[in-house]
Amino acid sequence: MLLSYLPLLIIALFGAGAFYASRARISAAPQRSLPGLPGHYGWYGTLWTVVPATLVYAAWTIIDDQVIRNVVLSDFPDLSGAAATLLYVSIENAAAGVMTDDVPMASVELLLHLENLSAAARFALVTAVSVLGFFWGWRRIRPELTARDRVETALLVALFIASIIAILTTVGIVLSLVVETFRFFQLVSPFEFFFGLEWSPQIALREDQVAASGAFGAVPVFAGTLLITVIAMLVAGPIGLMSAIYLAEYAHPRVRAVIKPLLEILAGIPTVVYGFFAALVLAPSMRNLGVDLGLTISSESALAAGLIMGIMIIPFVSSLSDDIMTAVPMSLREGSYGLGATASETIKRVILPAATPGIVGGFMLAISRAIGETMIVVMAAGLAANLTANPFEAVTTVTVQIATLLVGDHEFDSEKTMAAFALGLTLFIVTLALNVAALRVVQKYSERYE
Amino acid sequence: MSSYAATTISSQAAANRLLLRRKRAERRFQLYGILAISAALGFLVVFLASIVSRGYMGFVQTEVRLTVDFDQELIEAGSYRKMLRTSLSELFPNAGSSRAERRTLARLVSAGTVFVLRETVEADPAIIGTVEDVWVLASDPVDQFYKGRIDAALPEEERPISDASLARIAALEAAGRIDLRFNRSFFTRGDSRNPEEAGILAAIVGSALALLVTVVLSFPVGVMTAVYLEAFAPKNRITRLIEININNLAAVPSIVFGLLGLAVFLNVFGLPRSAPISGGLVLSLMTLPTIIISSRAAIRAVPPSFAEAAIGLGASRVQAIFHHVLPAAAPGTLTGAIIGMARALGETAPLLMMGMVAFVVEVPGGFTDPSTVLPAQVYLWADSPERGFAEKTAAATIVLLGFLLVMNGLAVYLRRKFEKQW
Repeated sequence: MLLSYLPLLIIALFGAGAFYASRARISAAPQRSLPGLPGHYGWYGTLWTVVPATLVYAAWTIIDDQVIRNVVLSDFPDLSGAAATLLYVSIENAAAGVMTDDVPMASVELLLHLENLSAAARFALVTAVSVLGFFWGWRRIRPELTARDRVETALLVALFIASIIAILTTVGIVLSLVVETFRFFQLVSPFEFFFGLEWSPQIALREDQVAASGAFGAVPVFAGTLLITVIAMLVAGPIGLMSAIYLAEYAHPRVRAVIKPLLEILAGIPTVVYGFFAALVLAPSMRNLGVDLGLTISSESALAAGLIMGIMIIPFVSSLSDDIMTAVPMSLREGSYGLGATASETIKRVILPAATPGIVGGFMLAISRAIGETMIVVMAAGLAANLTANPFEAVTTVTVQIATLLVGDHEFDSEKTMAAFALGLTLFIVTLALNVAALRVVQKYSERYE
Repeated sequence: MSSYAATTISSQAAANRLLLRRKRAERRFQLYGILAISAALGFLVVFLASIVSRGYMGFVQTEVRLTVDFDQELIEAGSYRKMLRTSLSELFPNAGSSRAERRTLARLVSAGTVFVLRETVEADPAIIGTVEDVWVLASDPVDQFYKGRIDAALPEEERPISDASLARIAALEAAGRIDLRFNRSFFTRGDSRNPEEAGILAAIVGSALALLVTVVLSFPVGVMTAVYLEAFAPKNRITRLIEININNLAAVPSIVFGLLGLAVFLNVFGLPRSAPISGGLVLSLMTLPTIIISSRAAIRAVPPSFAEAAIGLGASRVQAIFHHVLPAAAPGTLTGAIIGMARALGETAPLLMMGMVAFVVEVPGGFTDPSTVLPAQVYLWADSPERGFAEKTAAATIVLLGFLLVMNGLAVYLRRKFEKQW
């Protein structure tokens, strides 16, 4: 264990040493006017000491597991695939001290031996590279060296690599979704997935088992998502828009300064807390209310989940609409007042039409947020995929299905888990399209009054 | 002439009526606005009040004072169960000695009491051979009854607590042996199948470890990206691509990040499931856009004269940015980071995929230990049928909201304190 972190410590120590050694070397040099501060020369030495050694450490760490695995499993040439993985996991467990029966002890010892060997070799190699880098850099420390330029170039490269991570994340998301979805569509036709009316992804254990035929028609899932989103927008739309109108046009700046952050708290509350409220407070009381009114309201009704989700996204509607309305030029208002319109007439006939693109953008962002929201629906909506428009019944959503299909599943090659990725890709594309469209609309709008 | 006057009067009246109607419409419209805001804020109040009213009782727990004879022989034999049984039957001598009766009696106190007694002895061996009063946790039904959550008027079959137990609770109360005390174990233990013993320490430590990974990864990378994009990036295709990417990543549903983590970190890189390192990695990718966007805003808010003055005095662009612009932007950057962390703390969905929603009893000791996080604990308990867990769920929610309040408060304080108009 110690041996695995020791190389990093060595690198850090040598790096610090290189800084002081290089700085001392340049400070002792006779030339007075240098192309860089002494510190730059110090960093130059550190870079040569640290960067190659760290790269070697990282490369070794990534590769050695695979190499060890191949060596250990080479004793079992007739095993392959899952069986080999299973054996290797049990060997690893035995090596870690968790005894399982039927583990070939020779392999366990071989594994431990190889691991120690690898750690020792890595340590030696990293130390060697670090020392070499140290002297290489140190020897190059001369007054003619343009240390500032070189160190700054290295820094810029580091900054660029950091900003590439955002692209890598997107690439990772798209690749992981597309690959699994592609595999899924080889088993289930896309036509069935997008237009099929029956969704029951659990594979049947018995032949006559209900609701477990392994059907992957996602229409009920999409319809459920749509139903809950519509309910949420019916709550968030009017409340959010009217709040924004009041805050932007009527409220005293001081009132606005208090109310606006208070409203935004609604978006800051963890969604699991909303889910808890929807499932344990709202849903039971709605069911009881339903009993009193003679209605059957499911305890996992779309209504409860939609209502709470609507409240959560109020700030998404109100904040953006508010910003947009405040950005409408004062001259438009003054013109309308000058013609004798009241404040509300001005809002309805002048401000709102002028701000419509921005408000639409805000609504689109809110819808995309509602579609992608997971915890509220996981806790308050159902699992059964009912194709219904009745808000009192239980429906399921895309995110609920993704979560339930993947949680606790270690096998990763069944239709079930791949279906989750297909749903994920659909979700990703829809929310992305909504966002891009919303940003476009808002951008176009804000250009109009600049 | 008279007809003209008549029209004026009638049109005057009509105009007045119209004006009245328009004024009423105006007032009505304003009222809608006030109603909308009151609805939203009213919900917030109801919401918080309902959580607090459900949860505050979770911070206290019913405890029973037992007089235990720490008999040396029993301790050497390891039969703490017998020790507990003796002490209970001394309290209630005529409880009966049949197996079923003894079991009902033992159900007064938590199932974990036996282990608590052993821990007491191990912590203080001097206690052996003495007779001591020990406060132990009451069982969940007793606790719920004592807190008034179970209606004693219901018929016996419909409530989780028997008539005999009710009589015993009354007797304990008369003897001053039962009381509500501060629930220490809620903050010092991990999860448990028994609601009275369940605590949030494991979840808090898990959250802290995951957030540590998140801040260590996403803060430096986020600030570096922001510096690059604001100060150094050339205006070209790649830069535009990066910018578009960041804006879109900020709006990707969190569960998609969970899918990424599952497919890439767990399945390709083979990182451990349920571990803070894997969860923290996913959370850091998720918070990265937040940190980048707020850091960029902070850097942009620093007037260009800062950099220009430094460059005029011979500094390089890098020196001007790192020595002058970045320190001036630090409060804004920090605020963004704290808000990003607060969001990561409340996030559950992607961790669901990473296996961090798990039953974890042991407090995790490192980045690769199985662990859960605070919101995941809320989710797990909300799903549990036992009554005691409903209260625990709300209590854990209060703790979670408390942490978020502190973090956001800190962010607001920093912003107020260091906000400058240059």
